[in-house]
Amino acid sequence: MKLESKVPSGPIAQKWDKHRFDMKLVNPANKRKFKVLVVGTGLAGSSAAASLAELGYQVEVFCVQDSPRRAHSIAAQGGINAAKNYPNDGDSVWRLFYDTVKGGDFRSREANVYRLAQVSNSIIDQCAAQGVPFAREYGGTLSNRSFGGAQVSRTFYARGQTGQQLLLGAYSALMRQVGAGTVKMHVRREMLDLVVVDGAARGVVVRDLTTGALERHAGDAVLLCTGGYGNVFYLSTNANASNVTAAWRAYKRGAAFANPCFTQIHPTCIPVSGDHQSKLTLMSESLRNDGRVWVPKTKGDPRPAPQIPEDERDYYLERKYPAFGNLVPRDIASRAAKQMIDDGRGVGKTGLSVYLDFADAIKRVGEDKVREKYGNLFDMYHHITDENPYHTPMRIYPAVHYAMGGLWVDYNLMTTIPGLFCLGEANFSDHGANRLGASALMQGLADGYFVIPYTIGGYLGATKLPKVTTDHDAFKEAEASSWERTKRLLAIKGRRTPQDLHRELGKVMWNDVGMARSAASLGDAIRKIPEIRAEFWKNVSVTASNEEFNQTLERAGRVADFLEFGELLAKDALAREESCGGHFRVEHQTADGEAERDDEKFTHVAAWEYKGEGKEPVRHQEPLVYENIHVATRSYA
Amino acid sequence: MADKNEQTMNLTLKVWRQKGPQEPGRLVEYKVTGVSPDMSFLEMLDVLNEQLVSRGEDAVAFDHDCREGICGMCSLMIDGRAHGPDSAATTCQLHMRRYKDGDTVVIEPFRAKGFPVVKDLVVDRSAFDRIMMAGGFVSVGTGAACDANSILVPKEKADKAMDAAACIGCGACVAACPNAAAMLFVAAKVSQYALLPQGQAERDRRALAMRKAMDAEGFGHCTNEYECEAACPKEIKVSNIARLNREFLRAAVSAD
Repeated sequence: MKLESKVPSGPIAQKWDKHRFDMKLVNPANKRKFKVLVVGTGLAGSSAAASLAELGYQVEVFCVQDSPRRAHSIAAQGGINAAKNYPNDGDSVWRLFYDTVKGGDFRSREANVYRLAQVSNSIIDQCAAQGVPFAREYGGTLSNRSFGGAQVSRTFYARGQTGQQLLLGAYSALMRQVGAGTVKMHVRREMLDLVVVDGAARGVVVRDLTTGALERHAGDAVLLCTGGYGNVFYLSTNANASNVTAAWRAYKRGAAFANPCFTQIHPTCIPVSGDHQSKLTLMSESLRNDGRVWVPKTKGDPRPAPQIPEDERDYYLERKYPAFGNLVPRDIASRAAKQMIDDGRGVGKTGLSVYLDFADAIKRVGEDKVREKYGNLFDMYHHITDENPYHTPMRIYPAVHYAMGGLWVDYNLMTTIPGLFCLGEANFSDHGANRLGASALMQGLADGYFVIPYTIGGYLGATKLPKVTTDHDAFKEAEASSWERTKRLLAIKGRRTPQDLHRELGKVMWNDVGMARSAASLGDAIRKIPEIRAEFWKNVSVTASNEEFNQTLERAGRVADFLEFGELLAKDALAREESCGGHFRVEHQTADGEAERDDEKFTHVAAWEYKGEGKEPVRHQEPLVYENIHVATRSYA
Repeated sequence: MADKNEQTMNLTLKVWRQKGPQEPGRLVEYKVTGVSPDMSFLEMLDVLNEQLVSRGEDAVAFDHDCREGICGMCSLMIDGRAHGPDSAATTCQLHMRRYKDGDTVVIEPFRAKGFPVVKDLVVDRSAFDRIMMAGGFVSVGTGAACDANSILVPKEKADKAMDAAACIGCGACVAACPNAAAMLFVAAKVSQYALLPQGQAERDRRALAMRKAMDAEGFGHCTNEYECEAACPKEIKVSNIARLNREFLRAAVSAD
C-alpha cells in the first residue's frame, strides 16, 4: 500500500490555488453524465451533496435517519471558527492555521490545515447568505466569541445550537436540490458494503431499514461522510446511531484507517449517573468563556460548593495555565480534571466530577445575560441532573466526544481506494492528535462546500471509468456477503442483547484504552476484545426478522463492527509509544504530568491496512513534514 | 437527595404495538421493574427492550438518536401528550423522576394522517422534508455569497429569526393538534426567512409554495387551539402562525 499525500508543491499559501488550476475540470455538459453517491447527511455530506448537484452532477444520498436533517452534526453546540478577524484582535489565516496545527499537537498535515484556514471565511459567508441566524451585534454585524486553544475571538455562533443551524442551512440547500430533481434522497438506509470494481469504488450496498431489502447502487465515485466512531466506547456524546460500519466496511475493502487511537475526550460533559445510562451529554466548551473550573483544595471536602470559601478552592486551570486559563484545549483540560480526581479532590456523590462555576459571571453581567448566551445549555443540564446551574455550580466530567482518526485521505480527500472519498469527521485529515473547539463544523463544511467540488472534478476528469451496472459480479458478491452476515446474526438466537455486549466492550475501551493508556492496559484490551467478540457471535440475541423495521438487528450489525474496530484502536494506541493530544500513554509524561511527544519516532500518520480475516493488519507510515511551522513543545502556560 | 437516587420504581406500561403500516395495532401491557429516577424515559424503554430481546421477543420500535433534545428524531404520545408531561422538553429529555412507583403509563405513536405508522411507535415524517423541498431555503449556490458582514441583520430581527429557527422538526405540533395541522412547523420556517434580509427575494414564492405543499400532504387547518405551542419542545410561539397567515395573504394579493 502506498500513501501518497499528493500535497502540491510550492509555498503553502499558494498550494490550493495552484492545485485548483492544475486539476482537470469536467465541463458542464459532461458533469451530468457522472453519478456521485454520498453516504451520510451531516455537515460534510449535506454540503457536499448540495454543492455537487448545483454543479450538475447526478447525486444520490443515503442516511440512516428518517430525514437528512437529523444527522449528529445537529448536536454541535458552541460554534464555528473562521479567520475573519472581524473583532480586529490579531487573527489571520496564518494564525488559525498555526493554532490548529499546534492544537493538534503537531500530528496533522500542514497543507490540509492551511487550506482549511483559507476557506474558513467563505464558509461563514455561505452560511450567512443561506439565512443561518448567527448571533449579531446591535449594529447588525456578526458576533464572535472565544474558544479553547485560541487567544483571539474567532468563533461564530447561533446561541448554543450552532451545529443545528449550520446543518439546517446545508439541509435546506440539499432539499432545494432534491426538489429540483438533481439529488435523489434515500432515507432510512444503512450502508453495509462498498463495491469496488477494477480497483475503483463504484457503488454501495445498502439495507432499507424499513423493509430489510438490500439495494445495490452504482456510481462513478462514492463519498463517505459518515461521522466518527466514538460509540466504540459505548458511552460518548455521540448520537445512538453514530457508528463505524460504513468506514469499517470500506477499510475491509482496502481503504487505510489512519490514527484510530486519536480520540477526543471532551472535558465538559454531564457525569455518568448509573449503569442504565445510554449516552453522555456535552456541555459546550463555550461555557468555559464564563465558567470557572475548580475543585476544593482539600481532599474529600464534604461541604457543598457554596460553603467552600474562595481561598479553599483550587481554580486549577487558571493556576496551571495562566495564559489560557479556563480556555486551554480539550485534551489538556480533560487530563487536568483526571489528575484532580485521581488526587481525591473530585466532587459530587461519586467524586467523579469537577465544578464549572458561573457565580462570578452572574455577579459580573447578571443572570439574564448569562441566560441569553447559554440558556439552552443550562436548561439541558437542569433537565438531566435536576440541579439548577444558575444557583449551584455545574458538575462536569470528561467523556468521549470526537474522532480525530478516520479513513486515511490524501490532499484531495480521496482514500487509498480510487474513487472513494471521505469527508468530515469520518476522515483523519485536519486535527492531528487533538481537535480545537469550533473546528469540527469548520472542517465538515470546508470539505463539503469548498474542497470536494473541486477535487472530485480532478478525479473524474482525469480517470477513464468503464460503464458499470449493478449486475456486475462485484455487486452480487457484496450483496451476498451482506446478506450472509445478516442471516448469521439472526441465526444465533442467544441470550444477550446487542446493547449488553456493546456495554461490555465500552467498559474495556474506557478502562483500558481511555484517558490513560499503558502497554499493560492496552495488552489487556487486545486480549479481552476478541473474547467479547467471540461471545457476541455465540450468544447475541437478535429477535424478529430481516424483512421488517428491526432496530435490534441494526444495533447488532453496528456492535459487531465496533468489536472488530476497538481492537484496531487499541493496537494503534499500543504502537504509538508517545503521548500526544488526546492519546496519553502513562509511560510518556513529563514530571508535571503533561504529554510527552517523541517527534523523532512518531512525527507521522499511522495508516492501517486490512490483510484479511484473522490476519494481523499492517501499520504504514506517512511522514509529516513541517516546512512552515516550528515544531515545539506545546505550552499553554 | 442521595436517598432519592437509591429508590427504584416498578411501572406498568401500555405500549402501542403494530407490526407494519398495513397491520392492525393494539395496546400491549408490560411490567418494567427497577426503574431509577435518574433514567431518561428512553432509557426506561431500553430496559424494557433488553428484557424483551433477552427472552427472544421483538423489541418495541421507537425513533431516537441524539438523546439530548436537538435531533428531533424521538417522538411518542405519553399519556396523551406529545413528548410527555414536561413542557419545553423532548421525550429523550423526560426523566423518570417525574413518575412514582406503581404508575401506569400509556405510550402511543404520534398520530396524524400526514405521519403514517412504520412500526410500533415509529412514524414516517417525510412529509416535512417534502414541505421543505417546496421552499424552505434561500436559493444561494455554493460560492455565490457576499462577505457575511455586508448583510446587516438588526439584533432584534436576528433573535426572532433564531427563535423560529430553533424548530427541530419533530412533529409534536402536528401530533398535539386536533386537526393534525402542520402550521407551526411551516410557520417557523417561513418566519425565519421572512424576518431576515436573506429571505426577501423569495418571500412570496416561499409562503405560497410551502403552504401548498403542506395542504398536499394531508395536514389539517389551524383553528387556533394553541395545542402546538404547548407541545413544542422548543417553545415556538403561535405568533409565528399569525405571521405565516400574513405572509400568505401578502403573497396571495400581490400575485399576478
